[in-house]
This record gives sequence, structure tokens and C-alpha cells, in this order.
Amino acid sequence: MTMVEPTPVVRAPSRRRILRRLRRNSMAMTGGVIVIIAVLAALLAPIIAPYPFDATDFTAPAPQPPSLEHWLGTDELGRDQLSRVLYGLRASLSVGVLTVLLAVLLGVPLGLLAGFYGWLDPFVSRLTDLLLAFPFLILAVSLAVILGPSLFTAVIAIAIGAQVPGMIRITRGETLRLRDMDFVAAAIAGGARDGVLLRRHILPNSVNAIMVQATVYVPAAIIGEAVLSFLGLGIRPPTPSLGVLLASAQPFYRQAPWLAVFPGLVIVALTLALNLFGDGMRDALDPRQVDT
Amino acid sequence: MTDPVLELVDLVKHFGPVRAVDGVSLAIEPGEVLGLVGESGSGKSTLGRCVVRLVSVTSGQVLLRGRDLVPLSRNELRRLRRDVNIVFQDPSGSLNPRMTVADIVTEPLRLHRIGSSASRRDRLNELLDQVGLRAELARRHPHELSGGQRQRVSLARALSAGPALLVADEPTSALDVSVQASVLNLIARLQSELGFACLFITHDLAAVEFLAQRIAVMYLGRLVEVADRAELFATPRHPYTQALLSAAPVPDPAIQRTRNRIVLTGDVPSPVHPPTGCRFHTRCPVAELVCSVDQPPLRPVGPANTLVACHLVADDGTGPQLTKP
Amino acid sequence: MTPTLLEVSGLSVRFHTEDGPLLAVDAASFTITDGEVVALVGESGCGKSVTAMALTGLLPRNADVEGSVRFAGRELTNESHRRLVSIRGRDIAYVFQEPMSSLNPVLTVGRQIGEVLRRHQNASRAAAERRARDLLVLVGIPEPARRLREYPHQLSGGMRQRVMIAMALACRPRLLVADEPTTALDVTIQAGILDLLRSASAETGASVLLITHDLGVVADIADRVVVMYAGRTVEESTVDNLFAAPSHPYTRGLLGAVPNPARRASGGLREIPGLVPVLRSAVDACTFADRCPSADDQCRTHRPESRPGPAGHPVACWHPATDDVRAEAHD
Repeated sequence: MTMVEPTPVVRAPSRRRILRRLRRNSMAMTGGVIVIIAVLAALLAPIIAPYPFDATDFTAPAPQPPSLEHWLGTDELGRDQLSRVLYGLRASLSVGVLTVLLAVLLGVPLGLLAGFYGWLDPFVSRLTDLLLAFPFLILAVSLAVILGPSLFTAVIAIAIGAQVPGMIRITRGETLRLRDMDFVAAAIAGGARDGVLLRRHILPNSVNAIMVQATVYVPAAIIGEAVLSFLGLGIRPPTPSLGVLLASAQPFYRQAPWLAVFPGLVIVALTLALNLFGDGMRDALDPRQVDT
Repeated sequence: MTDPVLELVDLVKHFGPVRAVDGVSLAIEPGEVLGLVGESGSGKSTLGRCVVRLVSVTSGQVLLRGRDLVPLSRNELRRLRRDVNIVFQDPSGSLNPRMTVADIVTEPLRLHRIGSSASRRDRLNELLDQVGLRAELARRHPHELSGGQRQRVSLARALSAGPALLVADEPTSALDVSVQASVLNLIARLQSELGFACLFITHDLAAVEFLAQRIAVMYLGRLVEVADRAELFATPRHPYTQALLSAAPVPDPAIQRTRNRIVLTGDVPSPVHPPTGCRFHTRCPVAELVCSVDQPPLRPVGPANTLVACHLVADDGTGPQLTKP
Repeated sequence: MTPTLLEVSGLSVRFHTEDGPLLAVDAASFTITDGEVVALVGESGCGKSVTAMALTGLLPRNADVEGSVRFAGRELTNESHRRLVSIRGRDIAYVFQEPMSSLNPVLTVGRQIGEVLRRHQNASRAAAERRARDLLVLVGIPEPARRLREYPHQLSGGMRQRVMIAMALACRPRLLVADEPTTALDVTIQAGILDLLRSASAETGASVLLITHDLGVVADIADRVVVMYAGRTVEESTVDNLFAAPSHPYTRGLLGAVPNPARRASGGLREIPGLVPVLRSAVDACTFADRCPSADDQCRTHRPESRPGPAGHPVACWHPATDDVRAEAHD
């Protein structure tokens, strides 16, 4: 059926309208609530965890299924799973946030410069292509060898291997789009230097796209960390992360399935929630949405 | 005789193979409104951007108050930007959506370090008043304003540092008729009150007749006719000018339906391969052999201040009449 | 008396947007007879384009349509979707403003015109191509055989618009709806397109509903004019009468706002203060009252119905003007 839109009123949505659209999107709101709960749980882990995450108990037969003393059971060394999951969540969220932070700090300036200075663009773009083409796991293994596996190694690997190039691309795209707009020309005609143009005109108007990308990258980083730690390239036991927990649960899949199920469920729930919220954000920020 | 505010000497701007501006010379006196008329592909917008040095110039001179802007370094150029500014066609694209009206209007003042923050606030109020905007609009963002209000903000911004020359690139073309009227009235009033010179670029003949004192007609990168307003409209000499005036519909059926209209054949040629000789000869109803061979120079003919680039126009100003009255 | 081809009465279109309801067209009424060119004039937001789309149901999902649209005696507002699809292109054809986005960039011109012919007339490929070439000749495109094989991007803006008109005329529609067909074109090209519309109408007997904001275009080819403001039809008259004796204050304001070299106003251009209102629902008042120099209490509390004004033609105003505009020196 041919739908012809009357000329829509294309307006950048005001803050109020963005919040209103978000609130109406129940999936996004549910996602947001779950994310908030997860963040609170992670922040308050040292307070609410019933046991220290490395407190072993060799007296009781291990691993134990969920019970009243250990809500999520214990592992083969008698450590309380609930506490380990909480601390694991903390580590995973840290990786998520740190990675995206690094991606923004490195990627956005490079993207801005690449988009703004034509002569710089080929270099940055080739660098981006190189990083994206490089097989991620090989990069991760190399970094693990050089730096030793740890949380920071995981952060650097994921950032450099995937997210920094992605941020560069997004920012560069926005810069190219904005650079030709009349208000930038007007600023130049008014006497603005490059710094002012980038700082006051181009960057603020790129924030939407960057934010949307960031909300997609956080869950991706969490999954990335889980994979790396599972393979032994990231956080190493006994420090728990959701990936480490999954790895440690491997020998016990049949005998103690709860050791894998709970960390797995948390990963799924968290990344799903982040993705839903990110989608909601993107829809809410889209200026072209007109009808209900 | 005072020096002209703006003087273009043989200005050329090529975008690769596209010869957007191909040798334009003209001058604007202080306080004068010069209308630059042309259709799409004429190069008039590019010319405007060359004047404000938003694009580099391939060759030629752009003399702003006697100083050539072309060879200047970016820093030297920045200082001279106080004296010239520009207003664009699209009200929504010409204002930064993330800035308030106050920030937008005072930006040139801050960039050129004019005044203190207190004096800038006073200047802001003064400017808003001059362009007919209520003071409380200063806190708003562009998307909270109408098209006409946004154009007023653009004007306020362009005039904030007190330039000697304002380039207005189709400032009303994207506005409704009634809003166009108020913006045109505003430009006319500001121009007579503040005394800046104005390069008014447009395709709208009626608007340029209202606002400009002298008019230059551009076709495919070159000027074909320059004359005082009354003279141009009463006695257009170049065939293209005649066709243009004849094509512009007059909002009066009694006149419009009884006019003899000149309809040009063919398409506008590509600026990558402009025709040899006179660029207009491929569509000119009265072109002769010489027109396809020699490019006619823009030369003074007839009454004072009239320049025409046509082989068929004599020195006394007589020439081909495309419409029989 | 020539038969009425299109009769629009009390047409209202309401959009349900995320900001609430939006009344785009408010009880609009006008008629078009066979073979005439009617201009629907107004500024942005007056509802003229929405009205044009509403005729054949070309509105998005969130639009509610009320009122009546009678085309050749048949009521279109309650026609089935399938019938409307067959009417579009065959009986009522559209020409839009932006020829670049209305033409498919990956199909040749010949293919696109042929598609219209094959769909509505079941023509064979050869017959369609022949007819397409004839159509290109009809719309004044030189070297038609060559053009048939070209793609839209190889044609100039004026040519593309001619192709659009050729496509619209392909099935000999009885009504051609042209929505700002020349707004995106240069003025020297515009003249040719307007001439084409007028001659096409004369040759094929089709009526033309021309949507525009340009009063010069109206003066050029329209036989009758309908003025719209804020979704309502406020004045309807022959073109000569409208320019000689505009009765509605908005029409007068509009005419005064256009710079007219033939009538040099000494006080500057006439401005209409204020902005076009955006209506949520129909109000029982004149929507122009806030901007009108002649408004009084009656205007603000009672909606004026359309009735014959001082110049003889229908106008929706409590105080239509009575003096001849041409006699005015300035405002």
C-alpha cells in the first residue's frame, strides 16, 4: 500500500520529548530497570555479598546445590556462588564501562580529526581498517602474552580490537556530515578557529550518535570479557568474573549445573537489558519519528 | 569618490572540472545593495562563498576595503572577518541546534574578543530588538523557533560585529510568502539604519527589485549584465536578462496572461563543459555566428552604470528585443 | 453548464501524532469542473498538500478522514483500497514537487512510463514503448527515442518534471493533481512546465488541481483559485476576480506580501503579524482572527461559513473587504 507521508516536521526532539518517548517504550524501560539493579548490585557487592568471594570451605561436601545458607549453591571448593556472582558482575560491568570509556577517549578525538582534516583521513582510516581486519583472538592472545592476562588486558584487547575503530568510524561519519552544514560555515565566517569549530559545533552535535554507539558497546564488551576470561586470556581465577565462573564450571556441567546456569543467566539478562535500553535510546533520539 | 567596500577582480573558482565562477569582476560601494541574480548553475552561491572566503579561490582578487583576502593566512583572514559576514538560505541548518539564541548571536563578538561579557549582553539585547525578536527568546534553542524567527537570529548574528558588508545568500527562499515579506522588510530597514553594504544573492526577481539598488545578472559562471535597478527592469539588454524577466511570473493575471513570454529552448549547459564563445548562445533566440566563437566582454554600454556582455548590443545600448511589446 | 468532476465538501483530516491530535484539514470544500485549472493556494501548514493526498486516500496510517470527496459522481472516501489503487494513475494522476525522488533512479525512463501503461491498460511491451515515445513528444522532450533509454539522473530537473507529467498523462486521467510542480525548478524552466500543463489540459480535456504557494504561478495558468488557511478553505473565485477584488483579509495580506514590480508599494511589503496556528481540533471561531486587522468579537467566537462576499464569490469571513485592491496605492 503506497504510504505517502505529508512533509513531516523534522525537529530535533527536546529533552522532554526524549524522556517521554523512552518512558513509553516498556521494553526499554524494563531494560533500564534491570541495568540499574545490576549496577547497584555490583557497586554494593562488598556490602551485600553474604560471604567473601574466595572463602573456601573444605568441611562440607562440595559442590553444593542452592540451599538456605548458600542461595546459589557452592562450587567445588566450597565458595559461595552468590557472592562470586555478585563480584563477577562487578568485574564484568567494570570491563564494560572501562572499555567503552577507553573507546570514547581514543576513538572520538581520532574520528573528529579524521573527519575534519582531509589530509589526516587516509591515515586514520587505514589504521581503523587494519585494526578491524586483525583477527580479534590473535590480538587478545598476543596482548595476554605481552601484558599477562588480567582485567586491564581484556579491556585493552576489546577496546583496540573492536571498539576504538568503531568509535572512530561513527565520529568521523558525524563530523563529515556536520562539517558541511551552514551553521559551521557561519561560525567560520564569524571568525571561529578550528578548535572552536570542533569543540562547540561539531562535537556537541555528534554526542547523540556517540551515545547510541556506547550503549551498544557496553554489552558487547561484557560478552567479550566473558569470552576472554573463559579462554583464560582475561581475568584469571580466583578473581571472579562471569566468564571465569563459566570456565570454572566446565568440569561440573553434569554434576553441578547451577555453577554454570547462574552466571550464564546473569550474562544473558544483563546484555539483553543493555541492548533493549540502547535500542530505546536510539529510537527516542531519532528526530524523524513523527507518528505513533 | 570613496573606495568600494568590495571589489572582485577576475574572480575564478573551479571545483575540479566544474567551472563554477569563471572570471567575475564587480564592485560594491559602501552602503549599497547589489543584487546578484541567476538560476541554478549560475555560480552565484559559490561567488558569495568566495567573498566570505568559505572556499578557496582559484585565481583573481577579492578586495575587502582594499585588502586582498585571497593570499592571506588563516590568522590574518580571521581578523578581517569582522568586516564581512553571511546569512544563509536554510533557516534550520544555519543555526547550531545545541546552542541558545544568545550564544549564537554573540558568538562573533566572543570570537573577535569584542567587549566584555556585560557589554555583550547589552549588545545582544540591542541586536534582538533591531531584528524584531523579543528578549526572552534569547534563552531558546533553534528548534523552538519558527523559520522566520530563525532567519532573524541569523541576521542578528551576522550583524553583531558590525560588518561593512553583508552577504545574503537566498535569505528568504525557504520561507513562506508572508514571512518572506517581513524578512525582506527587515533587511531593508536594517540596511538603511545601519548602513552596511549588501550582496543580495537570489533567484527571485521580485525580491531583488524590492531590495537592490543595482543588479548583476549571472549565467554559467559569468556576468552577463549589470545595471541600476530601474534601468534593468525597464530596459533589459542582454537576451538572457530579457528571458529571465519575461519568465518570472507576475502575480496579476491581467498582466501575466497578456504578456509575450520568451521560452528558452534547451537545458542549461553543464558547467563542466561550458559552450564556446558566449555561454548563452546555445539557448539564445538571436544568437549569431560570432556568438559561438568569441566570448563577449562585459563592457559599458548606453546609460551610466550599465554593463552588458553581448556581441549584439551596441555601444549606445541598443540591441536585440526578444519580446515585441 | 459543464459537469462537476470533483466535489469536495466538508473534508477534514486529523492526524494522531505523538504530540496529540493534529487537525490538518478542517471542513474544506471546493469543486472542480471538467477541463478547468484550479489552483489551491496557501502557505506551508495550510493543509493544501494533505487535501490533495486525501482525495485518493494517500495518507499515512495515523490519519482520520471525514467528509465527502465525490469524483465523477462516485464517493471516494468509502471506496475499497483496491478501487482507489485503480483510480490512482488512471483517473486521478499526481505530479509531485521533487522529480528526482519521484522517479526510480534504477529504471530507465521508458521502463517507468511503460510500467504505468502496462498496469492500467494492460498494454504489451511494444505498444507501451510506442505510447511512451508519443507521450514524450507530447510533453515536449526532444529526441524522445533516445530519452526512453536514459536514466533519471541523466536528465535535467525540467526534463524530469516533463517525464513525470508524461507518466501522469499516460492513462489520460480526468484529473491531474500537481503538487508544487515547479517550485524546485528554475524560473526559465518553470515557464515551460506551466505552459505544458496548460496545453496538456486543453488537449486532453483533463482538469488540473494545482497546489502552490506562488501567486505568480496562479496568475499564469489558473482558471479558478481556492485559498486555504490553517486547514480551511477561506476564499474561492475566478482568477481575475481574486486578484482584482480579494475579499478575505488573508488573501489581501498574501497579495500585499508578494513583491510585485508592477505595483511598487511605497511603505514596504505588507506583513501579516503572527504565525499560522496549529490546531488540535476544530474551533468555533475564525482561525485568522489573531492576525487580522478587521477582527472583532464575532470573529473570535463564531466560525464564519463560506458565503458569497462583496465581489460575488464565496468567502469565509465576517468582514470581507470591499474595495478594489488595484486602486490601493499603499497600505
